[in-house]
Amino acid sequence: MSDNKALVPSHERGAALDLRGDTKDFVTAYIGKQLFGIPVLTVQDVLGPQRITRIPLAPPEVAGSLNLRGRIVTAIDVRKRLGLRDKEDEDPGMSIVVDQGGELYSLMVDQVGEVLSVPKKAFEQNPATLDARWREFSDGIFRLDKKLLVILDVTRLLDFNAAVKQAV
Amino acid sequence: MDDLLSEFLTETSESLSTLDVELVKLEQNPNDPDILSNIFRLVHTIKGTCGFLGLPRLEAVAHAGENVLGKIRDGELIVTPPAVTLVLESIDTIKYLLGELEQNEAEPDGNDADLIARLNHFADTGTIMGGDAAPAAAVEEAPADDAPEMTDDERLQAIFDATEVDPEVAEPEAPAAAPPAAAKSQEVAPAKPAKAAGPKAEAPRAEVKESSVAAQTIRVNVELLENLMTLVSELVLTRNQLLQMVRGKDDSEFTVPLQRLSHITTDLQEGVMKTRMQPIGNAWAKLPRIVRDLALEMNKKIDLQMIGADTELDRQVLELIKDPLTHMVRNSADHGLEDIPGRREVGKPETGTVTLNAYHEGGHIIIEISDDGRGLNLERIKAKAITNGLATESELESMGDQQIQQFIFKAGFSTAEKVTSVSGRGVGMDVVRTNIEKIGGTVELKSVEGRGSTFIIKIPLTLAIVSALIVESGGERFAIPQISVLELVRASNNSEHSIERIHDTPVLRLRNRLLPLVTLKKILGLDTTEEADDGVDEEAFIVVAQVGTYSFGIIVDRVFDTEEIVVKPVAPILRDLSLFSGNTILGDGSVIMILDPNGIANRTGEITVGDSQGVEGKAKADASDGETTSMLVFRAGGNEVRAVPLALVARLEEIDVENIEHSNGRPLVQYRGKLMPLVFIDGGYQMKTEGRQPTLVFQDRERTMGLVVDEIVDIVDDVLNVELTADQDGLVGSAVIDGKATDLIDAGYYLELAFSDWFGTEENGGEKKRVLLIDDSPFFRNLLTPMLSVAGFRVTALENAEQAMELKNRGEVFDAIISDIEMPGMNGFEFAEALQNDELWGETPIIALSSHTKDEDFERGRQVGFSDYVAKFDRDALVSTLIQTLSTI
Repeated sequence: MSDNKALVPSHERGAALDLRGDTKDFVTAYIGKQLFGIPVLTVQDVLGPQRITRIPLAPPEVAGSLNLRGRIVTAIDVRKRLGLRDKEDEDPGMSIVVDQGGELYSLMVDQVGEVLSVPKKAFEQNPATLDARWREFSDGIFRLDKKLLVILDVTRLLDFNAAVKQAV
Repeated sequence: MDDLLSEFLTETSESLSTLDVELVKLEQNPNDPDILSNIFRLVHTIKGTCGFLGLPRLEAVAHAGENVLGKIRDGELIVTPPAVTLVLESIDTIKYLLGELEQNEAEPDGNDADLIARLNHFADTGTIMGGDAAPAAAVEEAPADDAPEMTDDERLQAIFDATEVDPEVAEPEAPAAAPPAAAKSQEVAPAKPAKAAGPKAEAPRAEVKESSVAAQTIRVNVELLENLMTLVSELVLTRNQLLQMVRGKDDSEFTVPLQRLSHITTDLQEGVMKTRMQPIGNAWAKLPRIVRDLALEMNKKIDLQMIGADTELDRQVLELIKDPLTHMVRNSADHGLEDIPGRREVGKPETGTVTLNAYHEGGHIIIEISDDGRGLNLERIKAKAITNGLATESELESMGDQQIQQFIFKAGFSTAEKVTSVSGRGVGMDVVRTNIEKIGGTVELKSVEGRGSTFIIKIPLTLAIVSALIVESGGERFAIPQISVLELVRASNNSEHSIERIHDTPVLRLRNRLLPLVTLKKILGLDTTEEADDGVDEEAFIVVAQVGTYSFGIIVDRVFDTEEIVVKPVAPILRDLSLFSGNTILGDGSVIMILDPNGIANRTGEITVGDSQGVEGKAKADASDGETTSMLVFRAGGNEVRAVPLALVARLEEIDVENIEHSNGRPLVQYRGKLMPLVFIDGGYQMKTEGRQPTLVFQDRERTMGLVVDEIVDIVDDVLNVELTADQDGLVGSAVIDGKATDLIDAGYYLELAFSDWFGTEENGGEKKRVLLIDDSPFFRNLLTPMLSVAGFRVTALENAEQAMELKNRGEVFDAIISDIEMPGMNGFEFAEALQNDELWGETPIIALSSHTKDEDFERGRQVGFSDYVAKFDRDALVSTLIQTLSTI
């Protein structure tokens, strides 16, 4: 992964990565200005704009379903899931397809970035003051050079039952 | 070849190749317990399967081999090269036998006494017999060897004796059907080797040719096939897309190659579909055994005929019908067929026949299960339907035999049977039907009493692909499974079909029936505009769907085509959306949701009552499962809903308030050339001052009466279960109707209210006659009481004769008694007998009420003192008899 260099200074890499093998790889995505990371191994595909079939009566976070090479993928509006307002511009956005228990879900985000390898030591727990909903879906934060990378917990993000309980 | 056998051969060949390798390994590491137990297990499996399939020769060799291996494993014997050679020899013999089996589908004649003797000798002594000693030993050991075979033979004989299979009857079936015959031939096979007992041992073949059956089949993971299926579906879709692109362009260079691609894709699709297909015989494999055991247990002679066992259907469907089929065959053999004396009595051959017949018919597979037994006993079903409250006598009377037979599919029918321990059909038939309907199949029943019953199951060949109607609503497309679509109706204001409204509920007149309608847009929440209703009225497409016996119309915006779709389950997070049964990808690559008419039907019930008790409503619907009464639900004076059995209502009218006249302070209207009195739900009821007032019209012969109500809410089919008996006049009680507590009005009370005022002075000058009604069925009591009240009697209704005796002891006097015959506890005959010489009630006329209206019943009734005998369902006759009886006193 050539992108790694841009993030981690070479001397640090030698110490942090090679010896302890202590980095984690994430596919990054933007929603608004916030950078999110999804563990690279859970990601199946990255998609551009898709034709999505609406599903009536589904939870509002479910944007619909789409056809990915003959498999039906459920599209999740991550913005709604995180309690963010709808996007204002017309940009159709992109999707990250993840596998959850044999089912495919397409997580709709504004923009998909690069794959980052981040050192484990840059990891921080969620700040206690973080919004409850975000705290639920975030596994923690990585300190990057100029930004903070919020790691999404895909399992909990897709566990709608738990979310209902939380809401109540 | 029989499937069981070929499967066995494939499996055993695999085990044997493993065995060879393992044995050689064992020779090198003689004391490795892992290898030993592995070998032991393999041989043991072979032996076990042989026993199961009835291959005694193979079993004997495997048994002896296992014996030796067992001792080696337990450490009693030591592994030596000669020992391994011996075991290998037995394995070679097994291979040889398998080879023969594969060719002839039967074990070869002869036995392996020599080998077995040597194996046993080794097992007993730990030494290998010399080659020379072998024949002698074989003779010596022969009795010992023969012993198990003898016992086998004896056992077989015992079974033959026990089953008492009539050879004349058993004979013709063997050649009758080819696949079952194969199975039969194995059952016969065991006898042969036993006969050929003797020192005619065949030397184990040194070279055993590679099993050809094993080479012809390979085991493939089902998941792999499913994946292949998905890929092929995707290929088909892509092909369709390409074809669409080329269509319209006449001389495209792609036309010819595309056509080839198209053909190959179709072939490929069919090929892959075939891998999922299995002969239905696989689901039947267990049946001969079950029937045989049943025959023994019940002391019956049963011949199970299986026709069309090679009819293929989807593996998934096969799995799902396996249990229902077994159940039905067991039912046919158990309840359908009579026992031997029973059959002899009615002049049938002693051996009863249960026939299974499977064949293809237009994309479906038909399975018939028929028996030549006693058939369904209609009287018993009727009686049970009444005891279970599934129907009333009068309802039963109007039903055809076919309809009555359908009761065996009702839930709870079987349970009651067990309780009363009346033998008959129907144990769990509701479950059978549910399971078959779950996979889109249907069950039909034909039965002739005394001649037997036939169940006809119709199921789709595959679940994977269904035909569906594509519709559009609210800008989205949906698929509705074709199997639940009855017809399409285009409604507009100008055509003969137009949508009408009751309150806000749209309905459609369709061939003299009122069809409830649901707007798909609304129930799916796609209705963004508030006033969308007006648009619907002008022109709409209505998909008439049927769920069970309930049909309703679904209003959609557009109807496209039907399309073959591959059903895929929806994502887990959407599973609780009961309106969808799955989703699929259409030919153009778009995803589409498949609507579940069941879910919609459940939902409509909810919408019409305007309640959100979806889950409860559903549970309720499940529980009642059709054993319902139609109730008219309305509001009158206040917010609470009230109901009256629809059967009692003659018509629904809207009366213009201006037309209401008053006579003697009572409101009435001119209605159909007569004056119709209007009554109100209670004294304080306020009519509208203008406009139209909905009215329920009750009619009793020449008299009509109108009950003024505020609003007619709905017509609901539900179990009429009066849960609270109200003391208030005019109410029968309260019942839960469609999930809501509803007051059930007493139509009789209102009729009386109208008529006593109207005709009171003429007819009821004196005291009303007192009538005692005894009937154990609450339905019947509820039905008769208002009717008799209207006819001018004062009715006391009791549940049983014991209660009546109590009343008698208290000194109550009645002018007449109407009593049911069949009642729990003291029955009608006993009751009448008890009264015959009673001082107080001895002279009181008793009218018997029963569904048994045979001459001997009349006779018996007269003997015990009934003054008359009336069929239960003949209400008018009852009233006239009553009047006659009372006037003669």
